[in-house]
Amino acid sequence: MKHTKLALLASAALALAAPAAAQVKLNGAGATFPNIIYQDWMLTYNKAHPDVQLNYQSIGSGGGIRQFSDGTVDFGGSDAPMSDSAIAAIQGNVLHIPTVLGAIVITYSVPGVSQQLKFTPDLIADIFLGKVTKWNDARLTSVNPGASLPATDIVVVHRSDGSGTSYGFTDYLSKVSSDWAQKVGKGTSVNWPVGLGGKGNEGVAATVNQTPGGIGYVELAYATSNKMAYGQVRNSAGKYITPALPSVTAALAGALKTLSPTTDFRISITNPDGADAYPIATMTWLLVHKTYSDLAKARALVQFIWWAETDGQARANELGYAALPSQLRPWIETRLKSISVDGKPVWTTAAR
Amino acid sequence: MRLRGGFFCAMPRCYRSVTDAEYVSDRMTTLPIHPATTPHAVPAPAPTPQSEWRTLRGTNVGDRLYRATLTALALVLPLLLVTLLAELVVGAWPAIKRFGLPFVWTSVWDPVAGVFGAAPMIFGTLASSLLALLIAVPLALGVAIYLTEFSPKWLRQPIAFLVELLAAIPSVVYGLWGIFVLIPFLRSYVVPPLRATLGWTPLFGGVFYGNSLLAGGIILAIMIVPYIAAVSREVLLAVPASQREAALGMGATRWEAVWTAVVPYGRAGLIGAVILGLGRALGETMAVTMVIGNRHDISLSVLQPAYTMAAAIANEFSEAVSDLHLAAMFEVGLVLFVVTVIVNACARLLIWRVARGTAVGSRAL
Repeated sequence: MKHTKLALLASAALALAAPAAAQVKLNGAGATFPNIIYQDWMLTYNKAHPDVQLNYQSIGSGGGIRQFSDGTVDFGGSDAPMSDSAIAAIQGNVLHIPTVLGAIVITYSVPGVSQQLKFTPDLIADIFLGKVTKWNDARLTSVNPGASLPATDIVVVHRSDGSGTSYGFTDYLSKVSSDWAQKVGKGTSVNWPVGLGGKGNEGVAATVNQTPGGIGYVELAYATSNKMAYGQVRNSAGKYITPALPSVTAALAGALKTLSPTTDFRISITNPDGADAYPIATMTWLLVHKTYSDLAKARALVQFIWWAETDGQARANELGYAALPSQLRPWIETRLKSISVDGKPVWTTAAR
Repeated sequence: MRLRGGFFCAMPRCYRSVTDAEYVSDRMTTLPIHPATTPHAVPAPAPTPQSEWRTLRGTNVGDRLYRATLTALALVLPLLLVTLLAELVVGAWPAIKRFGLPFVWTSVWDPVAGVFGAAPMIFGTLASSLLALLIAVPLALGVAIYLTEFSPKWLRQPIAFLVELLAAIPSVVYGLWGIFVLIPFLRSYVVPPLRATLGWTPLFGGVFYGNSLLAGGIILAIMIVPYIAAVSREVLLAVPASQREAALGMGATRWEAVWTAVVPYGRAGLIGAVILGLGRALGETMAVTMVIGNRHDISLSVLQPAYTMAAAIANEFSEAVSDLHLAAMFEVGLVLFVVTVIVNACARLLIWRVARGTAVGSRAL
């Protein structure tokens, strides 16, 4: 008994002795796709603000949403927005804050074809539905007049692990093909009608490269850094677009036109308007609570996110992500200003 | 592995020496054979008068502490197992309630619609493991028999070392090797002749894409060969020389001596070795998921892609967003657990029957 009392006293003394500007530790977990830039941001931010310690674990969007909902982490990361029921389960105490954008490219290995292939939305859907099964299908040859496409079987390769990339891709297919929306739908894992499953971008890439006639989808950053062949995709304006970071930012700019500033950001930016927009674009979110109980933590978090949305965006292109278009900034600012502790917003001193 | 000598049986105060074969048959199984079933258990030496022993045992604090510690340690593992099972059942409960028993034999796996049936994975797990055993057992037994009976002395250690080294390779490396070496090799050299000769059977039908049950089975086979070979070798080494000499003395050839005297003598241990390999094959995840194709489908053809339970859990668990999907993943884990227990129980039964035969045989010696 005596010992425990002593220990209590000691810890109380320690707590009192702690300096006012104590270390703030923020823990986050979630999506793997933005992990590289999040780690970079956290490292850079910590150098400028040594009193704020940030930690992000890339355990996957599903795990991120779960840990965020359970309150085991201060913020979450996700490539797929939370469902209405998941939001209801935490009494709506969540804000989706977009951070960076990515794109999903169609990669393929067709024997004897070296030029960049073109795909129409309905063609992609029908290939992944198993309706178009040969590379020399009339519909493929008609959009690729110059290419000598062989009579090889098309081997569809998809992600076997649940992933935000699959979410973005199936979200796109659901928009461009009613058949897909009806039979398969969108999700981080879906019931694929045909094809082989590869684990991770690397699994899909290896399987496509090793299988004559293979076709799959991977993240743009992965495809460019590994010098993979990927195709142009026709966007809603009827233009064939080569996936690249500016055409991804253009996609969000196009999607924004249909939104009001009060959106909850749980938007999909696939198949947007805009002549230069690449249609299979994805967004990744940070999940934060609307109300926190710890003022120091909440303030540090808001400050960090605002820094990431402004100064941090400059790092995006270099790391293979597309930056958010600048029109989005005031909208995000409004959201961050609404975060509160005990009914008082924490934003006031956010600019530092 | 090569411990020799006595064996503590489950009964207290009973220490007995065992013959080599018995030692082997006991070592190779996960639970000791109950002493009552081994007919020639040496009766324990008559203990000193009971009362004296009791008083001695009760007094020493150190002894009691020691005993309590050991008891606690011994109970930790069963407790862990029970906790694990309970945790799985609790986690899987929403899925169990929703899908009931048909979860095991329906084959739609649609996370979007929230419909889950694990039959393709259960099939794939069993089929890939079975295929792996079909390939690995002859290979591993061949290695073990060669090393113990036929190889020149100087070759034994290097080969044994190299075979056991296979067990040290990380499974992800096997997976990479599978994608970049095995699958192209299968595609150009193995599958075309296979299809030409056996293509009419359902076992080799359909289009071959590369990632398939066959590729998964072969990778698994290579991974379990070292386990089966190493244990089998120890088993065969433990067969007394008198067995071989007797067979050879009766005019048997080396070959006949191995098959009529050595292998039957160690069969309980050999089955134990195979079960060890099977256990490893059932649970292997990474290498399999990289080459098996990860397709929720049941196809008789080994050339078609398949899925295994362990691979599905590794693939989908981290991104399972809906509660039902998560529960379904837990239920897959539960089914894998149950399948493993059933397989091991069957194996125990087999070993028990076989070991009984061996014991009778050894008494006749």
